[in-house]
Amino acid sequence: MGLNILVTVKQVPDTHNIKGDTMKEDGTVNRAALNAIFNPEDMNALEEGLKIKETLGGRLSVLTMGPPRAVEVLKDSIFRGADEGVLLSDKRFAGADTLATSYALQAAIRKMGQFDIILSGRQAIDGDTAQVGPQIAEKLGLNQLTFVSEVVEVTNSFITVKRSIENGIEIVKAGYPVLLTVTDEANEPRPASVKKVMAYKNLTTKKDPSPAPAVNDKGVITHIKEWDADTIGADVSLCGLSGSPTKVKEIESVVLTAGDTKMVGADKEAIDALIHELTEEYIIG
Amino acid sequence: MPNFYSDNSDILFHINNMDLSAVLDLKERHYSDKGQYPEAPQDYEDAMDNCKRLLDIIGDISGNFVAPRAPAVDAEGARFKDGEVIYAKGTAEAIDILNKAELMGFTIPRRYGGINMPKTLYAMAIEIVSRADASLMNIFGLQDISDTISKFSDEDQKQRYLPRFCSGEVMGSMALTEPDAGSDLQAVMLKATEDKDGVWHLNGVKRFITNGCAKISLVMARSENGMAGGRGISLFIYERDSDMKIRRIEHKLGIKGSPTCELQFKNAKAELLGKRKMGLVRYTMSLMNGARLAIAAQAVGIAEAAYREAYSYANDRIQFKKEIREFSAVYEMLTNMKIAIEGGRTLMYETSRIVDIKENMEEMVDEDPSLKDKYKEDIQKYSRYAGLFTPLLKYFTTEMGNKVCYDALQIHGGVGFTTEFNVERHYRDIRITNIYEGTSQLQVVGALGGVITGTVSERLDEYEANNNFAPIADIFDKAKGLRASLEKGIAHIKEKGDSTYQEYHAERLVKIAADTVISYLFCLDALKSDRKKKVAAIFIAPAQRRVQESLEAILSDNMDLIRLHKDIIDQGE
Repeated sequence: MGLNILVTVKQVPDTHNIKGDTMKEDGTVNRAALNAIFNPEDMNALEEGLKIKETLGGRLSVLTMGPPRAVEVLKDSIFRGADEGVLLSDKRFAGADTLATSYALQAAIRKMGQFDIILSGRQAIDGDTAQVGPQIAEKLGLNQLTFVSEVVEVTNSFITVKRSIENGIEIVKAGYPVLLTVTDEANEPRPASVKKVMAYKNLTTKKDPSPAPAVNDKGVITHIKEWDADTIGADVSLCGLSGSPTKVKEIESVVLTAGDTKMVGADKEAIDALIHELTEEYIIG
Repeated sequence: MPNFYSDNSDILFHINNMDLSAVLDLKERHYSDKGQYPEAPQDYEDAMDNCKRLLDIIGDISGNFVAPRAPAVDAEGARFKDGEVIYAKGTAEAIDILNKAELMGFTIPRRYGGINMPKTLYAMAIEIVSRADASLMNIFGLQDISDTISKFSDEDQKQRYLPRFCSGEVMGSMALTEPDAGSDLQAVMLKATEDKDGVWHLNGVKRFITNGCAKISLVMARSENGMAGGRGISLFIYERDSDMKIRRIEHKLGIKGSPTCELQFKNAKAELLGKRKMGLVRYTMSLMNGARLAIAAQAVGIAEAAYREAYSYANDRIQFKKEIREFSAVYEMLTNMKIAIEGGRTLMYETSRIVDIKENMEEMVDEDPSLKDKYKEDIQKYSRYAGLFTPLLKYFTTEMGNKVCYDALQIHGGVGFTTEFNVERHYRDIRITNIYEGTSQLQVVGALGGVITGTVSERLDEYEANNNFAPIADIFDKAKGLRASLEKGIAHIKEKGDSTYQEYHAERLVKIAADTVISYLFCLDALKSDRKKKVAAIFIAPAQRRVQESLEAILSDNMDLIRLHKDIIDQGE
């Protein structure tokens, strides 16, 4: 038997390696100056999905929304053990905020079929919103387990996880279907399999609206499916910029620099004074 | 995010410039797996692309996963508890990652689940892994075990064992050494007896067995009752059961993550590999030659790691108001270290290409005897080359690696002697490389034959005939000068016909050969790169002085040391 697993992944600019030319003068991100990488916590979600597949068997699909070059994160997933990839790509999806993104993704997921477990990274390093996973769960009417830092037990009928919450952890058990958002504490992602890299390095996308697996009679993946708004039957007014109520007012490039240092005595009086000062400056409290 | 492949400009220089077309064409059997396996390459270009992607993955795993764990692996070491070996945590995690990346069937054909890579790529991969953690190489680099099964066992054995190695289900060890059979493997005593049902049983003790806790061991044993020497020895495949006990593991100076086991076999069932009596003379020799290439790669990797530590320290450390790299005493050391490593690397790839051509032609003739006439001459020639280059390489790289680690620690000064810095670990880890799989002294003996009988001259002739060195004539003339000294030394030793004198000067002669061959290889590299011209020039100048000194000693006919050494070492004033 085994489980039907889906992992949603995203290609993001490598904001960990920001240099001087990263922001344009008008305050928008200069994407050309940043490498496009696999969103780190989505890699943790994929690893968790692969571990579940190894434990119980089943099938693991990967879905992403983005421009054509986002196919790279799907190939990376297949190199690590995913069984199929779907690229949701359409100019009409461009400029989507989290609401429009989750709308498009949930429509694609409905088209892909029934899943027992959907995993996504807790958040992407470009927007840091942590909203898309929970929104997908809401729109599909699924249980959701967010901030998963460890999968404690997984069986064919339920999953038990640890959630990292403020001031501690919470252990939660859920039946299927369920959506998990995974943090980087959960695991250390595996490397690509060299054999799969050699087999799938030339994999390309194909406009293939069928939800059936894109494999040949030997079980070898033949292509990555590319879907657009029409394939998933999306209402385009709810997609992309037109479906996005979020408006960016202003982007400010904040450079944090260390100023003066100040020595504080190790007695109660001096520490109380420091706490008072930090509270006054709204740094703590 | 350090990647130990893509951050190494010398490895990149070689992979981007070396011609592996002959090697890959043979290894891929003219690309006959094409279409049968989705991962099989279509042609040379595709195969080279696979090689580069593979190295990139190994570089990533080594830099980002293995290297950060290496200090803890060294501190924890492999342990022995209740008769079983426990790997250090980082070692166990690294094995898991290597398996997930499907790197444990490196040279094995695809039909058994391997990735069918040539030895040249394996050597590159071992160097990269060893730079991260030398002790992990003793597990990753033991794939010569499955390679030996792939070469010499019958089809049924291949089917039963090879897929398990490739999937990572089992690992291997080679159980050769015994308490009284170290360098002299002909003295092996462990007994193999065949019962009336044709089942073999092993009885005896093996010592210094790297990863002896592995599921599958290749065990060398005396199978011919009353037949002394190498001809009485066969090789057996042993799968662990309760009839073999691990008695202890060694406490060592370095490579602490690698368990070195003492094994006791008590009537343990095993299967014969290949033919009786061929255990030492054919299979183990082949196995050990593969292992020697792997140890050379390990030494280059450790040296690379030590060099980088020294380079970084010399840039950071300020004394007398400047970075210590500005002092000639320090930059001379750094320059010589870097050039020695590059010399080791170019000799390593030359050797591995020779081994690849030889072994694949041999395998192809085994698979299709009608090819025998076609490949006969080449197999003979490349066997001669492999017989010379393998010991020459191991000798040069492991001695060089020791010197590099010594100097790297020296550049650190006092802090290098503390465990705060990585360099002391490299200094300890490198020390075994010129001892195990045949000491440097034995490598000299191995290489000497090929030097004296003219194999080295044959190869140098080929370099001269097949390349146009005119663009670097000034440098190449100096390399030819080294060759003239080498030929003079060889002629003198042969003319003298005194075996004691030949043995006495063996190392000096082999050193001249190493300097000469590496100078030629640097000249070949210099045809492709301006930087390598500088490398060749700086290597050859001191090589000329070294060679001159060795040649003078050889030509002197001075026998004092041979005559007088007993008076010195046995007596005081």
